[in-house]
Amino acid sequence: MKRLLDVLREDCRLTGTKEGCGEGECGACSVIVDGEVVNSCLIPVCQVEGSSVTTVEGLALNDQLSPLQRAFLEYGAAQCGICTPGMLMSAHALLLRRPHPIRNQILEAIAGNLCRCTGYTKILDAIAAVSSGNINKPDQSE
Amino acid sequence: MIRLQHNVVHRPRTIDDACTLLAEYGPSAQLLAGGTDIMVLLNAGLLQADVFIDLWPLDELRGIDDLPDSLRIGALTTFSQILRSPAVERFAPALAAAARTIGAAQIQNRGTIGGNIANASPAADSLPVLSCLDADIELASVRSRRRVSIHSFHTGYRKTALAADEMIVAVHLPKTRTDERIEFYKVGTRRAQAISKVVLGARMQIAGGIVEHIALAYGSVAPTVVRARAAEAILLGQYPSPELASRAVAALDRDLKPITDLRSSAAYRRRVAGNLLERFLRKALQH
Ligand SMILES: Cc1cc2nc3c(=O)[nH]c(=O)nc-3n(C[C@H](O)[C@H](O)[C@H](O)COP(=O)(O)OP(=O)(O)OC[C@H]3O[C@@H](n4cnc5c(N)ncnc54)[C@H](O)[C@@H]3O)c2cc1C
Ligand code: FES
Ligand code: FES
Repeated sequence: MKRLLDVLREDCRLTGTKEGCGEGECGACSVIVDGEVVNSCLIPVCQVEGSSVTTVEGLALNDQLSPLQRAFLEYGAAQCGICTPGMLMSAHALLLRRPHPIRNQILEAIAGNLCRCTGYTKILDAIAAVSSGNINKPDQSE
Repeated sequence: MIRLQHNVVHRPRTIDDACTLLAEYGPSAQLLAGGTDIMVLLNAGLLQADVFIDLWPLDELRGIDDLPDSLRIGALTTFSQILRSPAVERFAPALAAAARTIGAAQIQNRGTIGGNIANASPAADSLPVLSCLDADIELASVRSRRRVSIHSFHTGYRKTALAADEMIVAVHLPKTRTDERIEFYKVGTRRAQAISKVVLGARMQIAGGIVEHIALAYGSVAPTVVRARAAEAILLGQYPSPELASRAVAALDRDLKPITDLRSSAAYRRRVAGNLLERFLRKALQH
């Protein structure tokens, strides 16, 4: 029983998805399965049979970064970058479900993603910028 | 990269097929639902199993039925599905409140109520709510279907009444009445991703000024979820007052057996358990 995380990184060579803790605590391995964000370190790969899996590599379209990715760049929401792919996936899943979240909903959506560098404020600002239209919304680019 | 051992994974598509597999393999098979407990153990090398029975494709086990007097929640229903359910919000809001505190989005999207019950952790957050609502657990095996009260399901530290060939198929929650006050309180280190230090599921009904019904279920303060029967007995049939509340809080000494561990000390847990009861009684009486 392989973990989805290892199949993505080793077999598919999609190394954007990171491993932090390997026990569901840090969110670095977050991917989206059928529209919902999950920790790929806790998913046996057999459980995604027939599902659609989106990793951070799937956010950019035709070499164009998604609005969320551009917002992270613009707002300085990434420093070392280890948490960033997972943060992006949690934020992306939030905006799919709720295009205009209030700040508390953003906080809740990324509560399972730890960042040791940014102090979170810039991450919150970047996500808020996308939702308030200061950066194009994800669905406009997809 | 972690290489999990080579093992056989069965993926039954009906409850009957799952039961047949369980009967065939017995205790050597490991049931797998959302994996949020099992995968942590597997990744850490703490669990060996040759055969897994993966329940995830079993749609028969998912969903929330709004029945006349109760809600029937399939074992494979995730905490996200529970907290988004209008029926749960209306008839068992305390369960939605508990679901909201479990891990974070990633865990809620995958963790199931059946897994939470079967895993039998003293800190499992859904259990105090199920206990204060007097829920029933529906079990299936090739031999029979049966219902066991939540009060007799957890028989000791991480022990359950499940037979080796049995699985949980659903939880039955009696609907709460509109004149009942039900609350869920969880105290942990931080809001998200925190294992509980103390949890309280509390339910009270006042009629004619007296406590007509009271249920206090604590988590993380004993080997299993516990009902505070001594405190309940003090409150039942009485006119609520601050003095009565103090006596109920004192009676918790007889009900709870908190321990000191990594997360917290016994004294802290005992103090917080009392504070939560006081808070609940104060709030319940304002209404
Ligand atoms: C980062 C993190 C944070 C967490 N936070 C919390 C928290 O705040 N509160 C909390 O209560 N829990 C928490 N958990 C624990 C876990 O998410 C829950 O216990 C969850 O409900 C387990 O469900 P599952 O479907 O993932 O179970 P699995 O891991 O699939 O299974 C757990 C156990 O239940 C058995 N099982 C599963 N389904 C059935 C069934 N239908 N019949 C019989 N046996 C069955 C399995 O064999 C296994 O022994 C956390 C876990 C992680 C990794
Ligand atoms: S690596 Fe999966 S949650 Fe940390
Ligand atoms: S940018 Fe370094 S952990 Fe978040």
